[in-house]
Amino acid sequence: MSFLTKIGQVPTDEQIFNSNNDDLANEDAGKTTSCRIENVSRRSFLKVSGLASSSLVIGVQLASVQTVSAAKSGSSDFAPDVFISMDKRGTVTIICHRSEMGQGIRSSLPMLVADEMECDWQRVIVEQGLGDAKYGSQNTDGSRSVRRFYTRLKEAGATARTMLQTAAAQVWKVKPTQVEIYNHQAKLKSSSKTLDFSQLVEIAATLPVPDKKTLKLKKESEHRYVGKDTMPNIDGEAIVSGKAIYGFDVELEQMKYAVIARPPVLFGKVKSFDATEALKVPGVVKIVEMPTLTPPAVFKMLGGIAVIAENTWAALQARDKLKITWDHGDNANYNTKKYEQEFVKALKNPPHTARSRGNWEDAKTAADKIISRNYYVAGIAHATMEPPAATARISKDGVDVWTCTQTPQSAQSTAMGVMKIPKEKASSVKINVTLLGGGFGRKSKPDYIAEAVFLANETKMPIKVQWTREDEIKHGYYHSPSYQELSASFDKEQRSTGWYHGMVNHPIGSTFNPAAKEAGAAELGQTDMPFDIPNIKITNGESETSLRIGWVRSVTNINNVFAVSSFADELAVESNKDPKDYLLSLIGKDQFIDLAKDKAKYSNYGESNEQYPIDTSRLKNVINVVAKDANWGKKLPKGHGIGIAAHRSFCSYVATVVEVSSREGKIQIEKVYYAVDAGKVINPDRVRSQMEGAAIFSTSLAYYGEITADKGIVDQSNFHDYELARIGQVPVIEVNIIKNDHPPAGVGEPGVPPFAPALCNAIYNATGKRYRRLPLKQYGIV
Amino acid sequence: MIELTINNKQHKLDLPDDMPLLWALRDIVKLTGSKYGCGKGLCGACTVHMDGIAVRSCVMPISAVKGKSITTIEGLSENIDHPVQKAWLEINVPQCGYCQSGQIMSAASLLASNDSPSDDDIDQAMSGNLCRCGTYPRIRSAIHLAAKLAKEVK
Ligand code: FES
Ligand code: FES
Repeated sequence: MSFLTKIGQVPTDEQIFNSNNDDLANEDAGKTTSCRIENVSRRSFLKVSGLASSSLVIGVQLASVQTVSAAKSGSSDFAPDVFISMDKRGTVTIICHRSEMGQGIRSSLPMLVADEMECDWQRVIVEQGLGDAKYGSQNTDGSRSVRRFYTRLKEAGATARTMLQTAAAQVWKVKPTQVEIYNHQAKLKSSSKTLDFSQLVEIAATLPVPDKKTLKLKKESEHRYVGKDTMPNIDGEAIVSGKAIYGFDVELEQMKYAVIARPPVLFGKVKSFDATEALKVPGVVKIVEMPTLTPPAVFKMLGGIAVIAENTWAALQARDKLKITWDHGDNANYNTKKYEQEFVKALKNPPHTARSRGNWEDAKTAADKIISRNYYVAGIAHATMEPPAATARISKDGVDVWTCTQTPQSAQSTAMGVMKIPKEKASSVKINVTLLGGGFGRKSKPDYIAEAVFLANETKMPIKVQWTREDEIKHGYYHSPSYQELSASFDKEQRSTGWYHGMVNHPIGSTFNPAAKEAGAAELGQTDMPFDIPNIKITNGESETSLRIGWVRSVTNINNVFAVSSFADELAVESNKDPKDYLLSLIGKDQFIDLAKDKAKYSNYGESNEQYPIDTSRLKNVINVVAKDANWGKKLPKGHGIGIAAHRSFCSYVATVVEVSSREGKIQIEKVYYAVDAGKVINPDRVRSQMEGAAIFSTSLAYYGEITADKGIVDQSNFHDYELARIGQVPVIEVNIIKNDHPPAGVGEPGVPPFAPALCNAIYNATGKRYRRLPLKQYGIV
Repeated sequence: MIELTINNKQHKLDLPDDMPLLWALRDIVKLTGSKYGCGKGLCGACTVHMDGIAVRSCVMPISAVKGKSITTIEGLSENIDHPVQKAWLEINVPQCGYCQSGQIMSAASLLASNDSPSDDDIDQAMSGNLCRCGTYPRIRSAIHLAAKLAKEVK
């Protein structure tokens, strides 16, 4: 499978070393293979996991058989993805193997286990899993964590509960059915006898794991934590008291601080440098020349000159004093403006057809009317509040890394690559995952981890590499700009007969293979356009870039849905129809859209079409719900406008209504409404917070998001020229979570795509002005 | 030698005059609760109190805090029971949490000078604190709640 078809996910290890496709294969296989659970209380590899002191340890293997065999070469023959352990005091520790970056995963995944196991939440501790093949894939992207593990984690919790129940039955010499388990206690039915989990743990540890078929999973209505609004954030207290540790906060004995002057142009190199003045700065320890980067960029180090110092300030001062002459190399002619013109050319005759139904050319010829528009969305940066940071220490036993990463395993293989450590020795490289001060896709790319490992090895000292904001903005993996052309044809009765959508962007493939030219991730928001139109043609152009490309939260849905949903609104206006009604009529009848019929390549976010079909009835439902919540059709105050957009992404259905006002040429967002159907919901409060966050994230990109480059050098550098939305620009956001029994879907990303088009549709409604280019800053209205 | 008080403890620091307070706190005193976000006074992640007033520690040279009393997020309360912290937990404000030390320090300083701020007061006082995760609506609610909690305590 090519990684380009595996969307929403950044290519992992195999992209770097081209060694194998284990990881992706496992992700897929994981869907169908069943969950394997073992009582591993007595197994030798517990010391590896630091769980040796526990009495009962249950290992849960979520991924496929391949993962087991991959881990086999290590120290054990059973490779659990998740550990549940209970010590003699009855404290339950659940290892979370996914990264926390604000989406609440460290609360949500353990909640599933704890609820099913009937734990007292106060007696649950969540521990972060190391980056390790034993966990199966730990990629925290593509909004997939809950989607993948819902049932399996419930089964794990039920296994532990059943074992505790059996243990209590043995103590009381009764049948297990006579024992009820509730809130960390076993209770003997028709008596007042109880036993705490702590009194049962030793017996439970000796029991065999019950057959999965005999497990009784709780019904939705029996959940005490899952689906409840009152669950506190597991890291809340640590965060509000400043004790939470992020990648930037790691401190080790003897550790030195590093900052790096990186080549201003991608693939540029150091021609010569003079560090005399830099070395005079008190506290500077060493100057190190980094290896020169050659294409493809992948997740390799960017090169440049590193300053190692006793503290950050000394390092920063010295970096300023370095005199470096750069050879900018071949990319010094990259210019954003020029590339926009190239984009237009690339869509004159786009060579790739992503989807086709009927015959668009014929529909065009026969049409009574054709409406055509084009849209442009600028490139954007991740701008995580915490810039990338990694700390590495090399010892005779191996490599230890502490870092904020979304992909601990790809961090591990990156570190192995730098140190030339063979695959069999993977366990000597430990990736300790800290909290992430935001991820949004940036922290799935471990170039900064490579830097830390390289410098720790060069200097033989523990090194913390910190990226400044300027480093983060100027040397990112950018969400590509994109240019799009849309046309719709109509017959005499004003019925829509054809839909054409051409799109070009800088392919993400170019980050991994310099020859890649085809626009990337077209399927997200372009191919899966949900309108029921008899003739459809969806095409992609080609382009080249001189920047590293890496998608931002929600991938190309951002650009594609902006174009599609803006265009749908324009068509409504042209047809004198209400935009909401028109949108519903474009979507048409209730159906599961089968893109294969339209000869489209569609990976459906890595899920099966049977379990997660594209269901137009659910899409229409969120539109109707959000319209009702927003009182769509109400009389608006003068100068106000309202807009709507909806989209399915990451298998969730989200509709957004934005209300704006326009005063003296400036736009203010007055109110935002979301309706979200993400199937079963574990942690409603975190779903709500993800939608609130998505609205604000999208406000930033719609208002300000623009990375430009001239002579290959990125123009922006910090929050004064790469602005983000501030508190005064953000209104009340109302989120309506639709309750249903569909399988759980992603929530971290799907709130983003519909926001910007709903906003621009609202601005049109308020002002009569249509903005087809983002960001809006260029029009002076925000 | 620069003498100052940090979270009620006396410190004597031998540092270059121009080192920003943020790096002194993080790298020298090892209080990492105050965060780096921009280093230019643009994001508020590094906010601490100097004699009770919110300041951006990333642009505050250490020489300028000679003899002053600094409070960081670690010193805001002993038991995570400052009204702002309590309100933050109650409303579940943090997402990734990275900006939140700064948000909380700004909010605490606002409430110290205005015990019942309006939405506009809040927007004004908090406009220097960025949150990329987008917790602003909850920050606003939590500040209102904190104002209430603070009065109940009195
Ligand atoms: S780090 Fe001080 S304001 Fe941003
Ligand atoms: S909570 Fe993540 S930046 Fe504010």
